[in-house]
Amino acid sequence: MKLTLHIWRQKNASSAGKMVRYETDASEHMSFLEMLDVLNERLIAQGEEPVAFDHDCREGICGSCGFVINGVAHGPLPSTTVCQLHMRHFKDGDELYLEPWRAAAFPVIKDLVVDRSAFDRIIAAGGYISVSTGSAVDANALPVRKKDSDMAMDAAQCIGCGACVAACPNASASLFMSAKISHLGLLPQGQPERMERALNMVAAANEELFGSCTNIGECEAVCPKGIRLEFIARMNRDFLKASWTFRADRVEGD
Amino acid sequence: MSAAATALTGKSADRPGFWANPIGKKAVMAVTGFVLFGFVIGHMVGNLQVYLGPEKLDAYAEFLQKTKGLLWGARITLLTCVILHVTAAFQLAGLQNKARPQKYVKKTSAGSSYASRTMYWSGPILLAFIIYHLMHFTTGQAHPDFQPGMVYRNVVTGFQSVPASLAYIVAMLMLGTHLYHGIWSMFQSVGINHPKYTPLFKKLAAVMAAVLVGGNVSIPVAVMTGLIR
Amino acid sequence: MKLDARIPSGPIEKKWEKCRFEMKLVNPANKRKFSVIVVGTGLAGGSAAATMGELGYNVKAFCFQDSPRRAHSIAAQGGINAAKNYQNDGDSIYRLFYDTVKGGDFRAREANVYRLAEISVNIIDQCVAQGVPFAREYGGLLANRSFGGAQVSRTFYARGQTGQQLLLGCYQALERQVQSGRVTMYPRHEMLELILIDGKARGIVTRNLVTGQIESHIADAVVLATGGYGNVFYLSTNAKGSNATAIWRAHRKGALFANPCFTQIHPTCIPVSGDYQSKLTLMSESLRNDGRIWVPQQKGDKRKPSQIPEGERDYYLERRYPSFGNLVPRDVASRAAKGACDEGRGVGETGLGVYLDFGDAIRRLGKGVVAERYGNLFEMYERITGEDPYSVPMRIFPAIHYTMGGLWVDYRLQSTIPGLFVIGEANFSDHGANRLGASALMQGLADGYFVLPYTIGDYLASTKLDKVDASHADARAAQNEANAQVKKLLGVQGKRTVDSFHREMGKMMWDECGMSRNAKGLEKAIGHIAALEQEFWKDVKVIGAGEELNQSLEKAGRLADFFELAQLMCRDALERQESCGGHFREEYQTPEGEAMRDDDDFCYAAAWEYKGPGKKHELHKESLSFEYVHLAQRSYK
Repeated sequence: MKLTLHIWRQKNASSAGKMVRYETDASEHMSFLEMLDVLNERLIAQGEEPVAFDHDCREGICGSCGFVINGVAHGPLPSTTVCQLHMRHFKDGDELYLEPWRAAAFPVIKDLVVDRSAFDRIIAAGGYISVSTGSAVDANALPVRKKDSDMAMDAAQCIGCGACVAACPNASASLFMSAKISHLGLLPQGQPERMERALNMVAAANEELFGSCTNIGECEAVCPKGIRLEFIARMNRDFLKASWTFRADRVEGD
Repeated sequence: MSAAATALTGKSADRPGFWANPIGKKAVMAVTGFVLFGFVIGHMVGNLQVYLGPEKLDAYAEFLQKTKGLLWGARITLLTCVILHVTAAFQLAGLQNKARPQKYVKKTSAGSSYASRTMYWSGPILLAFIIYHLMHFTTGQAHPDFQPGMVYRNVVTGFQSVPASLAYIVAMLMLGTHLYHGIWSMFQSVGINHPKYTPLFKKLAAVMAAVLVGGNVSIPVAVMTGLIR
Repeated sequence: MKLDARIPSGPIEKKWEKCRFEMKLVNPANKRKFSVIVVGTGLAGGSAAATMGELGYNVKAFCFQDSPRRAHSIAAQGGINAAKNYQNDGDSIYRLFYDTVKGGDFRAREANVYRLAEISVNIIDQCVAQGVPFAREYGGLLANRSFGGAQVSRTFYARGQTGQQLLLGCYQALERQVQSGRVTMYPRHEMLELILIDGKARGIVTRNLVTGQIESHIADAVVLATGGYGNVFYLSTNAKGSNATAIWRAHRKGALFANPCFTQIHPTCIPVSGDYQSKLTLMSESLRNDGRIWVPQQKGDKRKPSQIPEGERDYYLERRYPSFGNLVPRDVASRAAKGACDEGRGVGETGLGVYLDFGDAIRRLGKGVVAERYGNLFEMYERITGEDPYSVPMRIFPAIHYTMGGLWVDYRLQSTIPGLFVIGEANFSDHGANRLGASALMQGLADGYFVLPYTIGDYLASTKLDKVDASHADARAAQNEANAQVKKLLGVQGKRTVDSFHREMGKMMWDECGMSRNAKGLEKAIGHIAALEQEFWKDVKVIGAGEELNQSLEKAGRLADFFELAQLMCRDALERQESCGGHFREEYQTPEGEAMRDDDDFCYAAAWEYKGPGKKHELHKESLSFEYVHLAQRSYK
């Protein structure tokens, strides 16, 4: 099949970018990234700079890949990362616009590659259970209701790709944050730090220039792992409760 | 103090407070929105007395005017809610612009309602409408022939102007979309979302929005078609 | 060079305890004065960096990905083994130890394997405490399943994403240390050289992948946790970025490379669809529990599978291995598939595939049960191939999955370079010639959480380390080497792309050093790859500059090292004149075509020493003795 691609090309963080048009051929069995590999091989042969894009496992689990195809993060197929999207979902003559995640918190590094280190900083602010190696009790000493464990797993599946931020009209990171807050907050192990975690992670996200959630739901629609809006409500619940009950003089360790 | 404790509490001092936080602001918007929604319902029920004739409606208006405590209590509450609701919205919209300085060349909406995406438009338009509405039927500056205390008459003469009626109809449609998103969204903002109840909230939102639009729009339509004279 | 594995004396179940007691401790107040570099942030590196941070060391952690959470451990599906015996089915530390030694076809070090089995129980405790949402029973306790033909249920799992959940637990622990200031994280940094000062590993040279800046980092010890080298084959189940540069550069500086030819082939991957193929996708081998593997009896039978009658199908695993059938170990299943395709009976457009048919299972159990067991795998298969496995048999083919070989380490995970520790898949120590399912995650976390943090303390406490910085002549020399390599790659300005070279070498390796090997083919491959390497340095085309994000340059640097490693792999395979585990030499098989081990001559770990560019490697042997698990031939008939 023949395709017309319009790809965002930007040399580095400080230069301006623009959309550049390419014509290319693809087979329906290729993955979307393999289609770009083929384009890149041709560009190199012609002495042009290949298109830079993040990718690693190409199995939809590492969360490295992702860009916006025709205005939808990760492209048209639901619950699918770009690396798992195959060309059979497109047709001959299609015109595709490829753009990087666009958010102030995710500055473009080059072409379709963005800097998502803000996500790491949000996790560092409290997205963990403080348990140093060696201090754990026997794994079966703490039973966990199966329902809670399953729901925690639903939330824990987040791959940190950033599609939620890219799709959100407000560029909010709420779905990402809420997945971690819900995952840990649903488990008994996560209770001791639950309130502080919500306050600290939310505060960290504010410093990163993410927008606010206005309950639009585009994040949920593009999430390749099916993280639900319900988790944002959980985060709101934890945050609100923590805000009203927090006391600076009664925090462990202070 | 252990390293872990530093990590957890290191930020508590400079952490933004409730209002400084988008989730806090959204909760305020949810609560104030709920109050305003309650008012809009009550207001509609009151207005529909227009169908019971001038005596009933004017008597209702007079009762409200006389009960000063209720009147001013409601006015102050509503004004406070509007100010909080609008201020929060305004600040969050500013955050939105900062969060995505570079727009997409091509953006397709996925999984979102028109109503939810246009809250930042429907809100300001409604605010402008409220000011117009107050000047139209409460203070009278925007009314061609305003007679204090003669509510029924003011309604009929006011809506005999086609542009005014159209403005009301458009504004009510805006209110409908605003509430269609707002009514379920306020539950989400304060942390209430459940696979069993959220779909009900969404249905409720659609029904309430439709009832409000239908009830309020019926009045200018009734005037223009001569049903009410 | 004499290889000293430093295995503690005494009975096997006391060795680790003895070792821990004998090791010197670093005074808690002094820990912050020591700095450690960790390269790689997968299960091994991430857990090591987090734990050393918790202990109080100054840790610098490096990864080439944009975040430590993306290391390839994340892609492991199946599960993690632990000898908890929660199912009361007769499991024990000793049984896990026994199964691992036997599964590794007697080419692993007994003492290491025992320690691994011993620590396995602590790993599960630690991960659960971190919030890893393992599958649970209705009573709230942990669920287990049997995996990879094991006779006990000792595998813990989190849906099909066990690696992801374990890695996220470890990543979160790491980020906690980043927040506390104990760990400094350097994402998008690739290690290009090892810095040796006075014969000890004292730092690394890295390239910042965003700015292209080449810089030196100095520390008191260096830990490599950079995973396996399966991408030598170009097509593998590894992530695209997985590479051998860190271990290869350390190898060139003096660290011995052990058993490079031990690679594991996974039998149930989705076949190649065309020459643009960039990687292979694995599907859990649990599929073999209910799926039946077959090919047409006739060569070149191009009929649709539904048109081939039962009598004209060859269920070759069930025919050849009546007692294990479709559940024979990975290496046996893989070789049999290759055999069928070599005979011209392969299916699909390329002829490189065999059917994995759920028709019987659907008739016997109903579609609902099959969907419940394998639904997510079927979905994944359909997403990639566009075919519905409920109605058309799946097509599968083996693919390179894991490399058991790696840098040689002693019992304390130290390489032959003092101060250079190697953990996880990057070392060679625990899996012998074949790794059991659900054991890779176990080894990575055992090394990182529970072994290295102790043993590195002993090194730091008992070694005299001079104060040095990046201006030291040896550090500058290493940095110059890295700079020169980048310049050289950019300077070739030839005509062929990096990927075209890599594909060609990968094909050669797959054909001659893949599922089955012979002397003639290996010799041919060595010559061919050496010639291709020369052509690479004359004709490779790398666009762009060194001082920017340049993905072609990254790939070129990694391929340059793969060329050298590939030749060593072939050399090792040639030298090992026996068949064992994942290494099958056609010359050494039983009359029935089964692997034939030679314990008299090859019961050793082959550790190769780099002797300089263009020079032949020297072989050192660490002989292996089996005091607890007695040498025996595997049989799956």
